[in-house]
Amino acid sequence: MKIVVCVKQVPDTKGGVKFNPDGTLDRAAMLTIMNPDDKAGLEAALRLKEQYGAEVTVITMGLPKADEVLREALAMGADKGILVTDRVLGGADTWATSTTIAGAIRNLEYDLIITGRQAIDGDTAQVGPQIAEHLKLPVISYAQDIKVEGDSVIVQRQYEDRYHELKVKMPCLITALSELNQPRYMMPGGIFDAYDKEVTVWGRADLKDVDDSDLGLKGSPTKIAKASDKVRKGAGEKVVLDTEESVAYLMGKFKEKHII
Amino acid sequence: MDFSLDKKHEMARSLFREFAENEVKPLAQEVDETEEFPMETVKKMQKLGFMGIPVPKEYGGQGCDPLTYVMCVEELSKVCATTGVIVSAHTSLCIDPIMTYGTEEQKQKYVKALATGEKIGAFALTEPGAGTDAQGAQTKAVLDGDEWVLNGSKCFITNGKVADVYIVIAITSVTEDKRGRKKKNFSAFIVDKGAPGFSFGTKEKKMGIRGSSTYELIFEDCRIPKENLLGTEGKGFPIAMHTLDGGRIGIAAQALGIAEGALDRAVAYTKERKQFGRTIAQQQNTQFKLADMATRVEAAQLLVYKAAMAKANQKVYSVEAAKAKLFAAETAMAVTTEVVQLFGGYGYIREYDVERMMRDAKITEIYEGTSEVQRMVISGALLK
Repeated sequence: MKIVVCVKQVPDTKGGVKFNPDGTLDRAAMLTIMNPDDKAGLEAALRLKEQYGAEVTVITMGLPKADEVLREALAMGADKGILVTDRVLGGADTWATSTTIAGAIRNLEYDLIITGRQAIDGDTAQVGPQIAEHLKLPVISYAQDIKVEGDSVIVQRQYEDRYHELKVKMPCLITALSELNQPRYMMPGGIFDAYDKEVTVWGRADLKDVDDSDLGLKGSPTKIAKASDKVRKGAGEKVVLDTEESVAYLMGKFKEKHII
Repeated sequence: MDFSLDKKHEMARSLFREFAENEVKPLAQEVDETEEFPMETVKKMQKLGFMGIPVPKEYGGQGCDPLTYVMCVEELSKVCATTGVIVSAHTSLCIDPIMTYGTEEQKQKYVKALATGEKIGAFALTEPGAGTDAQGAQTKAVLDGDEWVLNGSKCFITNGKVADVYIVIAITSVTEDKRGRKKKNFSAFIVDKGAPGFSFGTKEKKMGIRGSSTYELIFEDCRIPKENLLGTEGKGFPIAMHTLDGGRIGIAAQALGIAEGALDRAVAYTKERKQFGRTIAQQQNTQFKLADMATRVEAAQLLVYKAAMAKANQKVYSVEAAKAKLFAAETAMAVTTEVVQLFGGYGYIREYDVERMMRDAKITEIYEGTSEVQRMVISGALLK
């Protein structure tokens, strides 16, 4: 079985957020981590590898610095890493990103593609399903459990108060939730090995069946009007009243703010 | 000269930090309070290869370098000095001498099991009458047919009762020099737990690193196979000294970690604690103290990493190790004492980590060569 896992290097929310003048994230200036949902997707792939035997290829699109996230994946146990990086691909929204990644994956053989549900920086949850659409694959989103049976996968899809169990023939694409599993730690020796391995680097020229008009900032239908860091809330107003007075006070405030 | 770590060492550090925060820190207070050896944590570290970081892969290790190992001890000790010393004693004091002086058979038999963490290692030199002055030792080993017979006792042995493999230093002959002065000649031995005549004495009740298993070892006609002699007969003293040189880098890393952990807590606490209407971090007294501590900690880190790199590059590192241990240990003691002061009354309460850190720091000035011994090593090299 061949599994492709898509991962993204995202800002570590512990380290603060910085923006470029055009409103996009200044990724080079921020502390980064592997997106948690993607890490769970990678862990799921590694468990499938251990259980059924598989080759796990990890792919990411980003700055050259995103090489780090591939090394982390290799240190966890992935077999190959592919970095898609090119100036013309910068500033991509979900459409341009999914077009790019699908263009890269067209060069690969695969039975299963796993992406995270969504990245903690954009929170769109669109890229995974869009890749499936580009590659004309069935998609199962919000996976909380994955099993393989013959040439199919059996996936529990999380759904508000229940889950759906779906059996889908491979090839297909699954989007993983961070609740899917507890990703493993790397091993020190694995880290050293990961830095001895070759990571494949692809640019625009390596993308298959994609149109320039669908790539990068120019190919992105999404335009960011304004971006800002979280605005600190004021201290607020503190009142000490008994229950009835509190209710009257709150109702008055709600009316004042036209909430009710 | 570039002082920054390369990417793989950065990643290894983030791994150790994440493990320490998630798996070790939550248990640190309990380990101290109950004085129980954190076996579950050791099992987790075993699975992740932390028990054999600098050991080549062909001997079951991770194939990393001394710097990676040092960063592991440092990060563990930031949150729990007990856990730090378990890894340090096991790696530096037990695996290292077998890797350096062992025969291929000994490496195959012992290093593989130790580096994978299947077995835990310890080192036994100190005796009730022999600390800094190793010549005061009494434990003897006599060859009897195909076996060495050991008699005597060792004290303050880290990983004492939990270890499976012990490096034991014992007298194998006494010779006289030209002036007729008697000189004890030592040899090093590998002793398995369960060897006939090998038992444990009392468990030491300690001021700090209370979860580490510190025991007295007793040898009463303890018989071990002849082939368990480590290195050449009569060369036990240089083996022990070389082993301690490496061990000092591990303990220096432990001390560094304790100091860093205390400083981290001081930064967080002083930004929260308010007195006279503002945080104590806004007061210059605190700021200057923090600045002094941060400077000292970084200097300690540079010395520790320099010693680790000297070992990695197979240079003579005895003096580097002594300087690193001396400075890191005294930094740990000074910083933790100052941090307790910054915490005020809360610093004296067991609920807060800094009180434990101050108790843990003290031992780093004592074991694996006291600060006084380090000064002897450093000045000895200067005045040679």
